[in-house]
Amino acid sequence: MSIDISQFLDTFYEESFEGLDTMEAELLGLNAGEADPESINTIFRAAHSIKGGSGTFGLMNVADFTHVLETLLDEMRDGRRDVTQPAVDLMLTSVDVLREMLTALRNSEDIDTARVADVHDQLEALLKGDADAAEGAAVVAEGAAVEVDTPEVVKSSTRGWKIAFKPLAHLFKTGNDPVRIIKELSELGPIKAVADLSTVPEFDLLDPEECCLAWDIELEADVTEEQVNDVFAWVDEDCDLVIEAMVSDVVEEIAMPEAESAALPTLETVAEADLPKDESMPDAAPVSEEQAKVEQAKPVEVVANKQSGVAAKKPQAAESGSIRVGIDKVDALINMVGELVITQSMLNQLGEDFTMDRVQRLQDGLTELERHTRELQENVMQIRMLPISFSFNRFPRLVHDLSSKLNKKIELKMSGENTELDKTVMEKIGDPLVHLVRNSLDHGIESPEIRLEKGKPETGILHLNAYHQGGNIVIEITDDGAGLNTDRIREKAIEKNLIGKNDLLSEEKIHELIFAPGFSTANVVSDVSGRGVGMDVVKRNIRDLGGVVEVKSKQDVGSTFTIRLPLTLAILDGQLVRLGDETYIVPLVSIIESLQIKAESVSTIAGGAELYRLREEYLPIIRLHEIFEITPVNTELVNGLLVVVEGDGQQAGIFVDDLLGQQQVVIKSLETNYKKVEGLSGATILGDGTVALILDVAGLVTLSRERIKALKNQAAVA
Amino acid sequence: MSMIQGLDNNSLAENVEGNQYLTFLLAGEEYGVDILRVQEIKGWDNVTMIPNTPDYIKGVINLRGTIVPIVDLRARFSLETIPYGITTVVIVLRVNSENGSRIMGIVVDAVSEVYNISDEALKQAPDFGQAISTDFVMGLGTVDDKMIIVLDIDHLLNSSVLKAIADQEVK
Repeated sequence: MSIDISQFLDTFYEESFEGLDTMEAELLGLNAGEADPESINTIFRAAHSIKGGSGTFGLMNVADFTHVLETLLDEMRDGRRDVTQPAVDLMLTSVDVLREMLTALRNSEDIDTARVADVHDQLEALLKGDADAAEGAAVVAEGAAVEVDTPEVVKSSTRGWKIAFKPLAHLFKTGNDPVRIIKELSELGPIKAVADLSTVPEFDLLDPEECCLAWDIELEADVTEEQVNDVFAWVDEDCDLVIEAMVSDVVEEIAMPEAESAALPTLETVAEADLPKDESMPDAAPVSEEQAKVEQAKPVEVVANKQSGVAAKKPQAAESGSIRVGIDKVDALINMVGELVITQSMLNQLGEDFTMDRVQRLQDGLTELERHTRELQENVMQIRMLPISFSFNRFPRLVHDLSSKLNKKIELKMSGENTELDKTVMEKIGDPLVHLVRNSLDHGIESPEIRLEKGKPETGILHLNAYHQGGNIVIEITDDGAGLNTDRIREKAIEKNLIGKNDLLSEEKIHELIFAPGFSTANVVSDVSGRGVGMDVVKRNIRDLGGVVEVKSKQDVGSTFTIRLPLTLAILDGQLVRLGDETYIVPLVSIIESLQIKAESVSTIAGGAELYRLREEYLPIIRLHEIFEITPVNTELVNGLLVVVEGDGQQAGIFVDDLLGQQQVVIKSLETNYKKVEGLSGATILGDGTVALILDVAGLVTLSRERIKALKNQAAVA
Repeated sequence: MSMIQGLDNNSLAENVEGNQYLTFLLAGEEYGVDILRVQEIKGWDNVTMIPNTPDYIKGVINLRGTIVPIVDLRARFSLETIPYGITTVVIVLRVNSENGSRIMGIVVDAVSEVYNISDEALKQAPDFGQAISTDFVMGLGTVDDKMIIVLDIDHLLNSSVLKAIADQEVK
């Protein structure tokens, strides 16, 4: 009878992770003692959604765990519990545990049950401990709601609730199922449910996706209104619900304080117990009747669902990335497409009976078309752009955790969080950023004592900043810590043979050495950083994205790491070059200069390699036509041009026939339909619709080296 | 888009016996490919050459924003190549491989017909031993006393890519 809900599982995970992020952010913002009720509410809501969702998907361990957390939050929300630092820390740990559980579930891995149980127990202990202290009557909590022997007014009456439950027509569409609700209710105590069939339309008018039933339910159970309400929490806005006590309202008042502590054990059993429990219920029969009715309606619904499922896009089993796009961006796109269609039909009309006197209008139309296309392109690119706060958001937690671990006082400042950059770039910049921040915290900012000694404020400041500059995004990580120790770096570099003993290097050059492989100045290798595998990886990752990283530092004042990245990986500034009949594109970032070749500057080494002398430096000349085996217009170096490029830290000159224009090109993958080709990083489509290949400069340098080696071997054999 | 086409094709295929094959001519022989794999047929146009690839990879073209490699089937079968003429066409095919499907084009002398050939009518190609490779032949069909060589394009085009990679490694 159930709908296949697994297709929503991905959405659930995505939303849960988002919820956890929110919880984390809010928890970090909580100040012990003076909690903002709005933040607690936000955290509570997030926890509640995760609990509900995981329950729906049958992830009971997650639901159970979240439930305890939620209970704790609920007490804080009602002001019955103070927000203490240990509690906040424990909740942060719980967030971690939840994230681990969900990650494990998503990847079908095993959950670390020991850790879960441990944190679960800690949460329980916190809850219990408080109950002991506050109420002094822990017995109540233990004894649950079964037998309550407290106030005298209560025992006189039979307790229960009369519930009028009238779901709105769209209830099914929200994914809720009345049967499930009634079943859950039946677990609170014996129930009697009577369905109101009066609103059910004639069969031929029946819409299987609409809920036309209503129920009057009598619940004979010793529970609070809150508990009853809880059952309906998910359909809150999708039904008319009237809950009345079956006896005097005194019950309600008395029941309140005791049931709050009792709520936990009872609800837990609800969560743990399997559903078939209702068989043992004396009054279960009416429920089953209802169940049967709803079940009748169900198959129809399922069929309808399947049909619509075919037309809709099929859910992808494999993990597929998705992005959330603001509705305003989508609206803007729709607007633009609308404009485009109008322009297109205008041009069509114009073309139907075209006469020369309409040339002006044609030109206007074409200009408009061009403008719309360009706007559309810009807007589509916008969709891939996300604010960098997605990346920055993890840092408050990181700083919070690390500063307590390192016994340092650190304040994190962030600015420019709304600066947007491409999603792919964002994903790849995360790890390098974390690394730089950890480094700043560990090596940069000093311990409070040392800071005071140096006459600096006790609390160190770490500043993350992002802004746009030209076609780049710039991310700065600034700390007011110790700065780089130029002398130590120098010593270390000499020790590691990175520089000679007598090399004279400027301060900046020395600072750059920290990006060399295997370099670390930390005296003690901590688990935070200091293994020296970091900075070179950071630099390489950033270079792979087409960006650069720089460091500026002053001893005892602080250091600033500046990362410059292209806004997107999908578009690149290219220099078009001609070679024979073919046009190739050289990425503009890798071009240093282009020049006419002077014969006297060319020299050859041992027959194979040609070198070009450029300002006292010798560059290997790469004859592209030889590597690509095509026929060029010129084979004489003096007739062509040399494009000086830098790739993989090596400079080289590429010999081409001619330089054409510069333009922005959209990068297309060759691998999608073909395979990787050495020396090429992709392809693009030029204005005339033909394909041009984009050169991979680093790859070309390697190729040319191999070629020379091969030639030499051949010569040796001959 | 493509899914809708796929649905239409499926419903078409259900109404007729066996499968439909698009046939084309190559050096006087008639070859067939599963019509459901055919994305489109277009005239020969200039391609952009890819360096360091075997002769039969003519290059890549722009198919509405997608870069599609083009294989010359004559060259692939080591047949004598002829200059491309007005009937020369490129058949754009969807090829399945372990890592998803890709789009490739084949250059043939001319397109011919669409035939229904039932699975039973498709005969196993005789074994010519080492002399002629029948790896790429799915079967032989007979229509109007003509022999149609039905190609296994997944095998044919994947192995040509694989061979291209192998060639390059040798280099």
